[in-house]
Amino acid sequence: MLLAGGQGSRLYALTNNIAKPAVPFGAKYRIIDFPLSNCINSGIDTVGVLTQYQPLVLNEYIGNGQPWDLDRNFGGVHVLSPYQKKAKSAWYEGTANAIYQNLNFIKMYNPDYVLILSGDHIYKMDYSKMLRAHIEKGADCTIAAIDVPLKEASRFGILNTNADGSIYEFEEKPKQPKSTLASMGVYIFTAEKMYKYLEEDENDPESSKDFGKNVLPAMLNAGEKMFAYQFEGYWKDVGTISSLWEANMDLLGEEPAFDVSDPSWKIHSRNPLAPPEYLGENSIVKNSMIALGSEVYGTLVNSVISSNVVIEEGAVVEDSVIMSGSVIKKGAHVKYSIIDEGVVVEEDACIGEGKETAKGIAVLGRGITVGKGAKVAAGNIVDKNIKEGEEA
Amino acid sequence: MSAVGVIFSNIHDENVPELSRQRTMGSLPYGGRYRLIDFALSNLVNSGVTTVGIITKNNYQSLMDHLGSGKDWDLARKTGGLVLLPPFGALDNSGLYKNRLEALKGITGFLSRRSEDYVILCDCDGVYRMDFSDIITYHEQKQADITLVCHNEKIGNASNYTVVCTDESGRITDIETNQAGLGSSKYYSNIMVMNRTFLLNIINDAVVHGYKSFSEDILRKNIKSLKLYAYDFAGYHATIDSLSSYFTHNMELLDKNVRDELFGNRDIYTKVRDSAPSKYGDGSEIKNSLISDGCVVEGTVENSILFRGVKVGKGSVIKNSIVMQDTVIGENVQLNCVITDKNVVIRDRRNLSGCELQPYFLAKGTMI
Repeated sequence: MLLAGGQGSRLYALTNNIAKPAVPFGAKYRIIDFPLSNCINSGIDTVGVLTQYQPLVLNEYIGNGQPWDLDRNFGGVHVLSPYQKKAKSAWYEGTANAIYQNLNFIKMYNPDYVLILSGDHIYKMDYSKMLRAHIEKGADCTIAAIDVPLKEASRFGILNTNADGSIYEFEEKPKQPKSTLASMGVYIFTAEKMYKYLEEDENDPESSKDFGKNVLPAMLNAGEKMFAYQFEGYWKDVGTISSLWEANMDLLGEEPAFDVSDPSWKIHSRNPLAPPEYLGENSIVKNSMIALGSEVYGTLVNSVISSNVVIEEGAVVEDSVIMSGSVIKKGAHVKYSIIDEGVVVEEDACIGEGKETAKGIAVLGRGITVGKGAKVAAGNIVDKNIKEGEEA
Repeated sequence: MSAVGVIFSNIHDENVPELSRQRTMGSLPYGGRYRLIDFALSNLVNSGVTTVGIITKNNYQSLMDHLGSGKDWDLARKTGGLVLLPPFGALDNSGLYKNRLEALKGITGFLSRRSEDYVILCDCDGVYRMDFSDIITYHEQKQADITLVCHNEKIGNASNYTVVCTDESGRITDIETNQAGLGSSKYYSNIMVMNRTFLLNIINDAVVHGYKSFSEDILRKNIKSLKLYAYDFAGYHATIDSLSSYFTHNMELLDKNVRDELFGNRDIYTKVRDSAPSKYGDGSEIKNSLISDGCVVEGTVENSILFRGVKVGKGSVIKNSIVMQDTVIGENVQLNCVITDKNVVIRDRRNLSGCELQPYFLAKGTMI
């Protein structure tokens, strides 16, 4: 069960019109490709995707699930949106309530175990190993956890465990963390236990209907067997502009921090329909990633370029992420920026500022036009057109 | 428009023996991430055709692998869709056709079960973007029996092309073979449209009379009695009829005008491989080249086409070359006018060169 209803408000202009899991990532992917590919690569072929906020692009993207091999006669991928009920109709109120409202979907398949995922993390993980650990330990709930640096631990939900990996305490964003094991928001439940605690939580008027805040602590208090499963590998929450930028940059380099080209763990996606990318006579391309259909005539350094982007001659793009269909015209400079889909940066416009001196990442929202010679200051987030020569 | 498409996937194999030794003409890699059949197939689909029969004879495993269920061309359908038509192996081995007419004989069952009014026949040696519904409209206007599509591409070293002469109305008055540059420059492209029942009738008639050649016995003999019309196609058309024309036409894709005409509408479909986007290292220098998905480029690439999943090591210089999918080029390699087929491995410090008229060819899986 993939929780994909989040608004992702900390991505600002990038999620004005689309849900966070549908945000483009890594030149040809969307964030949701990662949990979906992890599912199919782990042998999970029945997936419910819970949507709520701005679901159009996400629904369209998932379609019948064919790109992930999830178009099945039995199981496959199902988009689950909030629905009208006889007595009380409601939006999904929290992560636990969203699953509660879809218990009938889960019970239709009569599973032994249920895997709960969130749609806003970039990682490659074999859930079948985690399930094996869950079964071996005879756990009621297993929570995937990753070791984080001590100074960052207070940003996460922290799991305090005994030597055998069993959890004795949760701490939500502790000021003085006792451990550095952070919850990844990936849970495996033994199905019957999950049904029981979701129903109890639903009947508790005080509950905020959230797994991390309510359901998991309730299980722990009741003495259920809860284990942490330590995940080793790359994992990144891309919920903020800077973490989204960093995760994109992590794809670059000879030995990238995160490798999407591993043939044994393919990341499946809906592929752009376009010819190979063209690099022109005077192009300069260093340490970058480019997707199909793009045309580069200018300079591109340390950047991730999605499909069908045009970078004209004399344009310079550095340390930036440019999403599909955008055009950077002659003489324009783009530095330390994220540019959403279908943006036009007119001639000699200046977006952002060099990474060393910039106060932050400049962001241009979907489909806007930045006029000739206009300027967008470092760290600014713009979702409206900017006229010729203006500054924003 | 109701038409069924028929594609001959094998018929020009002998023209490019180097590349078709282990595959059909239809599955010949082209333009970085395509196979030649993608052009005919995409044109049919974009013209509203939803049933396409593909005639094959031999070496068609690569073709089947490429086409799969047809879903990448939107041809995985309950009604119609993609139908692979391998030889019908009868006891006397009569299923293996030797020419176009015998190939058509082998698919009369397929054709007679269809309900579409028209049949569009095409080969796999052409690279073009064409709306076949325009040809059917023309065919209807002229009340033609057979409409042949002609183009004015200058064909260099072909030995088996056909030119047609027409009167003012477009009706074909003569068909000539081997007359390059003499008289008419309307080259017949082997794309034709006719009524489905009409085609079934001429196939039956050919069986009864033991005819051998479609162009001789059907077209040329009946030039007066049948209404044969030529449809002039003015757009970009490339015929792949030799290794050197394969080389030159691929290189034409480096011209933006050619690329825009072929791919401008973003609707030439091909098999999806889910490769990662291509990566360029700190030492990469790329000029005037097409690079496909899944490539990792650390060296210099000029005036070249890299297919999917190609690796170019540090210090290597690739010029005027076509490097097919999953070729691995080591460090400090120099290539000039080279065509590498799939899965070629070129070790460090090798230096290979051909020339434009005679590119140096490395067969599939070669290790240098």
